[in-house]
Amino acid sequence: MAIVEHLYPLTGAVLVGLGLYGFLTLRHPLRQLLAVNVVGAGIFLILGGLGRGADSTDPFPQALVITGIVVAVALTAFGAALILRVAEDERAPDGTAADDTNGNHP
Amino acid sequence: MTITDYIIPTLLYTGVFFYAAGSLGLLRFRDAETRLHALTKADNVGLGFVALAAALHWGSVTAAVKIAAVWLFALMAAGVTAQLMARRAKTGAEQDTIE
Amino acid sequence: MTLAFDLILCLMIIGTAASALLMRNALAAIVFFIVFGNLLGLAWLAMDAVNVAMAEIAIGAGVTGVLLILARQRLMALGDDLVCDEMPGWLRAGALVACAGFAALVGAAVLSVAPSDDLGGPIAALMPSLGIENPVTGVLLAFRAYDTLLETFVLLGALVAVWSLAPGTAWPHPPATLALTEREGHGVAAAFGRLLLPLALVMAAYLVWTGSDLPGGAFQAGTVLAGGLIIAVIGGAVLWPRGDNRLLRVALVLGPAVFLTIGLAGIALGRFLFYPPGFEKALIVAIEYSLALSIGVTLALQLAGPPVTPDHKG
Repeated sequence: MAIVEHLYPLTGAVLVGLGLYGFLTLRHPLRQLLAVNVVGAGIFLILGGLGRGADSTDPFPQALVITGIVVAVALTAFGAALILRVAEDERAPDGTAADDTNGNHP
Repeated sequence: MTITDYIIPTLLYTGVFFYAAGSLGLLRFRDAETRLHALTKADNVGLGFVALAAALHWGSVTAAVKIAAVWLFALMAAGVTAQLMARRAKTGAEQDTIE
Repeated sequence: MTLAFDLILCLMIIGTAASALLMRNALAAIVFFIVFGNLLGLAWLAMDAVNVAMAEIAIGAGVTGVLLILARQRLMALGDDLVCDEMPGWLRAGALVACAGFAALVGAAVLSVAPSDDLGGPIAALMPSLGIENPVTGVLLAFRAYDTLLETFVLLGALVAVWSLAPGTAWPHPPATLALTEREGHGVAAAFGRLLLPLALVMAAYLVWTGSDLPGGAFQAGTVLAGGLIIAVIGGAVLWPRGDNRLLRVALVLGPAVFLTIGLAGIALGRFLFYPPGFEKALIVAIEYSLALSIGVTLALQLAGPPVTPDHKG
């Protein structure tokens, strides 16, 4: 049965849709960062789920997914740092970051 | 059918029962202290039973030692987080309720 | 696994993902995201992809969860309440229709591909020549070593990017401390950190070694190391190093450098990333140990965030 053997990749497709919806409707960057991670998880599930054999999963997509998970966390770390830096600059008086001396004022 | 075929499911279900009791306590109790009480005690016993079942299922000493290590790690982590959360709840450092 | 198990698991994955996106409270949303990551790990286990399950739970749920919680806490300290502005209903409905349509398209595309373990056989046939038995490690460090090499540079680049966000006066001071105060339970955390860091080191070494033949490997080991480091920092047992600390820099670059050096040495013997016959396992394990160290330190520092000016409380 097609649905049964596609269960995990189909769940991945639903996650992609959900994550995109969250990304579009959540109006806070940190929540959007979380939504991007949900989209990523969905794509990983599609990748891995389509490599599912009779009683084993293709090691090639597995390796790709591990690579992807690590890149996703690096992206999340950079995104979170970026969001924090923007928030810091917005909170600084007169629109200038008080602790910024290297000339890249907003 | 050997005797372990009966022991393993019994242990598993006992573990699941303790998990269910702990989760019920987490949902039904009123404040942070009682919730932590339910969670830390019942769930760690539950994990112990499940770990015991897993160790018997694999039936090798190496596997049993590894599973025991996992259980010990979980116990340590649970104990420390419960301590920290209880302190947080007591000092009320953060008024952040989850509705 | 049985069909009922798979079905319930998939429904729970979708449910926790929806909660993580739709909850109004940001902390509740992040907690749901962590639960979501752990359930995804279970899904990978159900697919017999133990290597991925470990990476997903450790990195996808663990590190990402801590990152998000930390970012939320720092944003709240800056006066951001993390409340999302309401969107007009018609825009929301439009987004829902568009995303549902897109998900349906992706689903249709998924259904048009028959799941198969196409490369499992050929990879298994090639594994004996490497002297290791874990096919995922084989793909990561031999058959697609080029990808993994570049990925380690991506990780390092992301850390440099995080650091580059620091104000000019902050460099090269260490990132904001995560240590708990006395009132928050510093003593408990300190004892735990001092106990866990050496255990994490042993565990990481074990994971790399066992990763040659059984599930495990450099990425999983690196995450365990990062976890140990972060907990030690929370307990105040370890302080974040300054950005110009020489030892830190060696630790960050060691993995990619060893990988690149062995790869370049391969050119002399034939082609880039060629492992001489008979030395495959030794070289792969050497690369993995140095990679695990670099990945662990890089992940921990990415989580710590950019350097801060000393008097500035992060």
